[in-house]
Amino acid sequence: MSSEGEVVQYDMQVVRGFAISALVWGIVGMTVGLLAAIQLAWPEANAGPWLHFGRIRPLHTNAVIFGFTLGVVFAGSYYGIQRLCRVRMFSDTLSRLNLWGWNAIIVSAAVSLLAGKTTSKEYAELEWPIDIAIAVVWIIYAINVFGTLARRRERQMYAAIWFWIATIITIAMLHIVNSMELPVSWMKSYSLYAGVYDANVQWWYGHNAVGFLLTTPILGLMYYFLPKQVDRPIYSHRLSILHFWSLICIYIWAGPHHLIYSPLPDWTQTFGTAFSIMLILPSWGGMLNGFLTMQGAWDRVRTDPILKMFAVGLTFYGMSTFEGPMMAIKTVNSLSHFTNWTIGHVHSGALGWVALTCFATLYYMIPRLWHTQLYSVRLANTHFWIATLGLLLYVTPMWISGVTQGLMWRAVNPDGSLAYTFIESVSAIRVYDVIRAVGGAVFLSGAFVMFYNVIMTIRQGSAAAPEPSLAATPAVAGGR
Amino acid sequence: MSHEWHRPLENHWIRLSTFTFLAVIVGGVCLLIPPFFLQGTIEPLTNLRPYSSLELEGRDIYIREGCNTCHSQQVRPFKTETDRYGPFSLAGEGIYDRPFLWGSRRTGPDLARVGKKYPDSWHWLHFKNPRDIEPRSNMPEFAFLTETVLDTSLSSAKLSALRMLGHPYTDDEIRNAPGDAERAAGGIAASIRGAGIVLDATEARSEAVAVIAYLQSLGHAVREDDVAMTGTR
Repeated sequence: MSSEGEVVQYDMQVVRGFAISALVWGIVGMTVGLLAAIQLAWPEANAGPWLHFGRIRPLHTNAVIFGFTLGVVFAGSYYGIQRLCRVRMFSDTLSRLNLWGWNAIIVSAAVSLLAGKTTSKEYAELEWPIDIAIAVVWIIYAINVFGTLARRRERQMYAAIWFWIATIITIAMLHIVNSMELPVSWMKSYSLYAGVYDANVQWWYGHNAVGFLLTTPILGLMYYFLPKQVDRPIYSHRLSILHFWSLICIYIWAGPHHLIYSPLPDWTQTFGTAFSIMLILPSWGGMLNGFLTMQGAWDRVRTDPILKMFAVGLTFYGMSTFEGPMMAIKTVNSLSHFTNWTIGHVHSGALGWVALTCFATLYYMIPRLWHTQLYSVRLANTHFWIATLGLLLYVTPMWISGVTQGLMWRAVNPDGSLAYTFIESVSAIRVYDVIRAVGGAVFLSGAFVMFYNVIMTIRQGSAAAPEPSLAATPAVAGGR
Repeated sequence: MSHEWHRPLENHWIRLSTFTFLAVIVGGVCLLIPPFFLQGTIEPLTNLRPYSSLELEGRDIYIREGCNTCHSQQVRPFKTETDRYGPFSLAGEGIYDRPFLWGSRRTGPDLARVGKKYPDSWHWLHFKNPRDIEPRSNMPEFAFLTETVLDTSLSSAKLSALRMLGHPYTDDEIRNAPGDAERAAGGIAASIRGAGIVLDATEARSEAVAVIAYLQSLGHAVREDDVAMTGTR
């Protein structure tokens, strides 16, 4: 045990690595997403076996979820945990294995998905050898984090850590259960589950991947970096407790809302609907805790791009966590399911909440990681406005498109016959597919602006400067 | 302070982690375990048969090309859906579906009832270029499937793996899987040629033929079984 006041050398090498890899994968993933959007509007943009929509779409989701988002989560949690625990990460070797192992997994994912090696399960497309590698690297991350917690010098663990713990535990459980498959060859396997049962397991996984990859760890980032940036403690510790436990208890039940009106037993679907609606409260608890932490600092939102991103991120978190439960109601779901409404919903969460919060986290960390100031605050502000415009241009047409398609599919003539053929519904939404591609391009161009800003920041800074020691006092709990 | 009661969790990482695990495992167990034992989810329809070796190869190509990213295979129990596609989907249809392929987005139409809806030659031309058949279609071309010879080297291993998971394949079916696939492909090639389309030797044994075999099998248990519609949902 070290004595009081001893200098702690935090390991920021792993944080720098993940920050850069996340940014690169973000740009790759969003570029691939743009290609997918273009392919839907202009089918001529599909090319041969390797670059058609069926293979491009899973590459897009994998790159942005596992390469970009999770990269920022690794970076942010390694950054935050060391400071909140006032101790260096448990093992530098495990940190390196985490960084290089994870990036090797993303590379193998990109190659194998384009080669058509896929299990077809959404957000769990990767074949069994990569599944095993993911489990191994995840366990490495878990040992590293728990080892650090065991050696921490700050008795109380702050809320951000709870959310990262929930991520580690739940994702391990989901990934292992959903990836159970019998290998036939080294890149082909069959699911251990069949039909309805397979659907049940997959959407338990799929929904909770949203919950525990795109919600809890991002809340962890918000809980650590937002109070740091506003320089105020989190508004309410009690609200953190309440919304953390209710969120993780309820989230895990909501998966069957992906299977409403399917052959899944009705009681399971009803659970999915009921728990989805209950989810509004814990979700909004988190949003409010974030917003109220910014109380008294709202004037800074005018000038501070990081706070702008957190504010709009929380707004979209609140919106998409209200929209989601609405879409889980049977009547609404009968219209929205299988349409672009779902795509719009996902992107209001993924671009609005996840990406903006990740950008804010990177803008906070990168100047500190390279011991300098951000190259251009103005460019970061520009990025914020471009990103917001892009996401509105993306999400709005997808909503209109989804409702249009849902209404056309159920429209009937006075004699009861179907009013539209399927292809008429395809033609009707083409204009929205075009606008969405424009929105995606705008959002991506914002990411390029950020990339330039980050490169210039790194060039004017230095990784080698003395590491901060006992620098940051943990963002402590509020009094309420 | 009123939240002191939570301190024992905040101050002990093992305790906090254990409670977190308990919080998430409860929902998992309650949602995942019971369906294992429900008749409706494990009982096959009377006329449901396992995929033939060619259909299975076709299904694996369907998965490889991500067809399920744009085509659902799950008809919902609404009149407008059953009018458009056919009988709504039943749990007992999916017993041999590893993985399930219900999809989540209909960029293209649902395919659960597409079997025997169009002739083999229609599918052939549609793969070559969907816009030759429907100019407004935004489906990618899958001409490369018509130009690649189907690889049946894993067919026996696939059937054998599925038998381990409970699919009722016989020893003969497993042993003869590649030969059976080639014979069945010959039949589909003949039907395409019968429609006046010239196929060379590669095309007649191509991956597209396997996918056509798979698509034509979709919904067979419901199509051939009038009683099925009264079965458990």
